Amino acid sequence: MMIDPLSVFLLLVAAATPILFAALGELVVERAGVLNLGVEGMMITGALAGFAAAYASGNPFLGFLVAALGGAAISLLFAALTQVFLANQVASGLALTLFGLGLAAMFGKPFEGVKAPPMPAGPLGINWIVWLGLVMVPLVWWFLNRSRAGLILRGVGENHEAAHALGYNVRLTRLAAIAFGGAMAGLGGAFISIATVLQWTEGMTAGAGWIALAIVVFSKWTAAGVLAGAWLFGGVTVLQLRLQAAGVAVPVQLLSMAPYLATIIVLVLISARQKFSRRAGGAAPGSLGTNFHALR
Amino acid sequence: MAAVFRAEGLGKTYPGVRANDDVSFAVQPGEIHALLGENGAGKSTLVKMIYGLVRPDNGRMFLEDAPHAPHDPRAARVAGVAMVFQHFSLFDALTVAENIALGMENPPPRRELAARITQVSHDFGLPLNPARRIVTLSAGERQRVEIIRCLLQEPRLLIMDEPTSVLTPQEAELLFATLRRLAGQGTSILYISHKLDEIRAHCDRATILRHGRVVDSCDPRAHSARELAAMMVGGEMRLIDRSGRQAGEVLLQVRDLSLPAPTAEGTALKSVNLTLRAGEILGIGGVAGNGQDELLAALSGELRSVPGSITLEGRDLSTEPPEPRRTAGLLSAPEDRLGHAAVPDFSLTENTLLTAGARKGLVRGGLIDHRAARRYAEDVIAGFDVRTPGPGTPARALSGGNLQKFVIGREVMQSPRVLVVNQPTWGVDAGAAAAVRQSLLDLARQGAGVIVISQDLDELLELSDRFCALNEGRLSEPVPTEGLTLDRIGLMLGGAHGMEEVRP
Repeated sequence: MMIDPLSVFLLLVAAATPILFAALGELVVERAGVLNLGVEGMMITGALAGFAAAYASGNPFLGFLVAALGGAAISLLFAALTQVFLANQVASGLALTLFGLGLAAMFGKPFEGVKAPPMPAGPLGINWIVWLGLVMVPLVWWFLNRSRAGLILRGVGENHEAAHALGYNVRLTRLAAIAFGGAMAGLGGAFISIATVLQWTEGMTAGAGWIALAIVVFSKWTAAGVLAGAWLFGGVTVLQLRLQAAGVAVPVQLLSMAPYLATIIVLVLISARQKFSRRAGGAAPGSLGTNFHALR
Repeated sequence: MAAVFRAEGLGKTYPGVRANDDVSFAVQPGEIHALLGENGAGKSTLVKMIYGLVRPDNGRMFLEDAPHAPHDPRAARVAGVAMVFQHFSLFDALTVAENIALGMENPPPRRELAARITQVSHDFGLPLNPARRIVTLSAGERQRVEIIRCLLQEPRLLIMDEPTSVLTPQEAELLFATLRRLAGQGTSILYISHKLDEIRAHCDRATILRHGRVVDSCDPRAHSARELAAMMVGGEMRLIDRSGRQAGEVLLQVRDLSLPAPTAEGTALKSVNLTLRAGEILGIGGVAGNGQDELLAALSGELRSVPGSITLEGRDLSTEPPEPRRTAGLLSAPEDRLGHAAVPDFSLTENTLLTAGARKGLVRGGLIDHRAARRYAEDVIAGFDVRTPGPGTPARALSGGNLQKFVIGREVMQSPRVLVVNQPTWGVDAGAAAAVRQSLLDLARQGAGVIVISQDLDELLELSDRFCALNEGRLSEPVPTEGLTLDRIGLMLGGAHGMEEVRP
């Protein structure tokens, strides 16, 4: 079996791209103190919306734009539930995933069996969207750690009471973060439908959203950690495909188990977040998953 | 000279409560102006209006003769108002510099800000490292961050909401030196506290609020603490009655009690020894985080220790969980009222069951006697003047002071042999605090032993017969309270904050 290291690396980077987008988005959402478990639902929404737009217009880039808008739009449903009506974030996020999967399955019927328009290759023969994902890593890092808006966002996520007392708009900050997370998840989903599989299949995100959630915890809420986690997962995927190609059988059941296993791990890690020593830094945002209600 | 800040006829109504009514007062340049009042007198609402967190229903405010009507705290900061909060408005995981940047309207670039923090904090004798994370700082250092955050904005009016409640006496002195200096430079300070001695020593003027109205205005230096307290509560203060107690036989004996820190942020107890006699009140002072919570947990039974380390009237309770200890007569009331001492969403009746079930016979054969539980809750409410619609009210709905009276009352009325309380009057207004303290004294007079763990040194001096200090998990030798000075105690408590070495 011949393995060219560079081509394997490029495959890995491409395989990691959907998760990278979704996890970077979720990173910003969680740093704002919101736990949105609906990543999978937003990804599948983006995958369908993007595919439909790309197919109808013949322009894959328009498809990605629509995917981002679609992901953001459905995330606002979660935002309304949790930020306006103060619903439980875990339940609302799970509902968003189920809702997104169902909605996409219903509206996706007409698009089954058609092919996506071809994508022009980007610089160095690498997909434009892969480049965009790589550029987003330092951008998100810079935004969170160097910009004023990012500092306010982290403040809101760390202690929403204090942020409110200092006059920052907790709800608006979180709405914006959730919409950004939705747009990023949408892009990630569309990368699967428009750039990888090139067609629409029901449930095609296959648990990528759950893996993205796990990667955010794994990253200890840093952009560089998200990149490392996404590449690690991308590597496992490519390796597993190569192993299959080489005739090493991995039971399909094991693979389909992955999203659920990932969910369990995410929930365990989140509930154990107090064990991540806060003194060591880089731990979970202090207000993660808790709703804020200003008393006036 | 014109007043820096003026309020005219301010009013604010919340559903069912008139929080402020026709409040008028003025703060002069360079003045330290005290705002005095019991909990619920409307001090917080008033300063929140000045800081733009709450909008007044009627009335007007002026800042140096310009109308002041901030729609949010950022507008107030731009206008020259800064505020140090009672519960710190800090972000634990962020650095000092980031926290300060969040409190400023137009923070300079990172490096410049760090340099200015270092410089200003040294100028004021409050050194701070801008790169440290807040979690690694002590309470005193955290407050420095809040103060420096305000100073960098060069405010004309600085509001301080109970700033000394978490400080050692020495730290408080440092704070007052800073405030004096600021006032000398022309900054006006609005100072909220219910520590009357502090106000008498450091404030130029006091405005006294009662039930949301200004009832008086005076020079606090010209009045005694008793007179000020009387103005606050609108009548003569009850004097604490310490009489009629005699130290009897040994009730509680703690021998060589050592425990590892229960959590990463906790403190290990190191060979704690203490003896408590019937009719005696033992005061344990110390800055929070030096083992107070752990000591209470070890006595209450939440943490178990090696056999022989804790005995009550000769009976070894060291390995017993809380319930048998309660049955034996060792009761406790932890510091954290909501979540530790009481379940927030449980009614007061249900909350009485949690600790009084066995001793008051509220549970029989595994079944709850609801009527008896309700009656006992009503007794506590009546006996301790807990202001609430009734025993069916959830604990969460009570104000801090009222819930504290309830929590203490629930234990006191079970007639314990030994009662251990942590911060019994924290955040409780003067009237309620006096009632809580009197109940502890009465309990001791009836022959019980009481351990009071507190950071309020005045309280410890007022209540206890003997005093010892808890420092990094070590308990000092007890000394008789008679003749102890605040300075001497401060030195007993020091150390933990990198101050001077403890002198013998």
